[in-house]
Amino acid sequence: MNGLRGLAWLLAMQSLGELLSRGLSLPFPGPVVGMLLLLLALRLPLVREPVAACANFLLSHLSLLFVPVGVGVMTHLGLLGQYGVRMLAVIVLSTWIGLAVTMLVLRAFKGQRDA
Amino acid sequence: MPKFVELWVYLSATPLFGLTATLVVYVLAQALYARLGQAAWANPVLWSVVVLASLLTLTRVDYPTYFAGAQFIHFLLGPAVVALAWPLWERRAALRRHWRALLAAALVGGVAASGSALLLGWLVGLPHEVVLSLAPKSVTAPVAMGIADKIGGIPALAAVFAVVTGMVGALSGKVLFGLLKIPTDGDGWMARGFSLGTAAHGIGAARAMQVNADAGAFAGLALGLQVVLAALLIPLLFRLF
Repeated sequence: MNGLRGLAWLLAMQSLGELLSRGLSLPFPGPVVGMLLLLLALRLPLVREPVAACANFLLSHLSLLFVPVGVGVMTHLGLLGQYGVRMLAVIVLSTWIGLAVTMLVLRAFKGQRDA
Repeated sequence: MPKFVELWVYLSATPLFGLTATLVVYVLAQALYARLGQAAWANPVLWSVVVLASLLTLTRVDYPTYFAGAQFIHFLLGPAVVALAWPLWERRAALRRHWRALLAAALVGGVAASGSALLLGWLVGLPHEVVLSLAPKSVTAPVAMGIADKIGGIPALAAVFAVVTGMVGALSGKVLFGLLKIPTDGDGWMARGFSLGTAAHGIGAARAMQVNADAGAFAGLALGLQVVLAALLIPLLFRLF
């Protein structure tokens, strides 16, 4: 029951986020506004316990949720055939740059703390 | 066997097909991944996508027909983004303690990933709207689609770029962190997880969660931060230039 109640909270926050995002033409997508609203609402035990049950379930199966979009690759086979190698090279390199830079910034701060 | 063909035509056209195929293939891929000791190359998202795309091509079911069923899974990405508030809340003490380092790393790392993708994409001569679709690639797919739409990219392509980025991070993170000599102690796991969540969003975070609980929590935190920063900054920067 807590799981269902949690899902209801998540959907309610998402809807509210969607309303605010569109109504005030905020730069954030609806679910992001929903996330920020939920972060505020988690102070209340009424919200916290059901959300914990549902959020842990959803987030532990997060990778499944990317599969339908991922299969969408097949609709772009034309673009992929033409630019596939270049696009892959760009993605691989920029992902490594992102990972390494994040790591280096964290390490710089850690060094500062330890010194 | 005309009867069988008729049945197949009926079944493949109902939403039931896309939903069932996605779940069954993913559950099998996940089981294989567990059996192989969670080897990075056995990534369940990667193999589910490959198997499903091949299956659809072989059976001549087009993507919109498949998506009519798979959308029920896709829909859950929205509530999942909202649910990211939970790992943020759970780690609020660590967030308060390290907020300067984490915010700086998320910001600089996110800008480096997005900026280098734009620059490299432009350098190798990709078409303009493809380059724009690369900008939100280190943000989780549903948000990446929203951002791409706002700045003039192709949402479907942005989602694919985000998924591929996530897989690259999940597949190669361990090797890269090894090369950078990042330790596997408390702080090391925190940094590994946070970097994966920043540069490789949900798929990187899912991998981190499977490898180490601390890494997973910080990956969730990074993913949430990246969503907020990218959703705010990318459209803003594009409006300015």
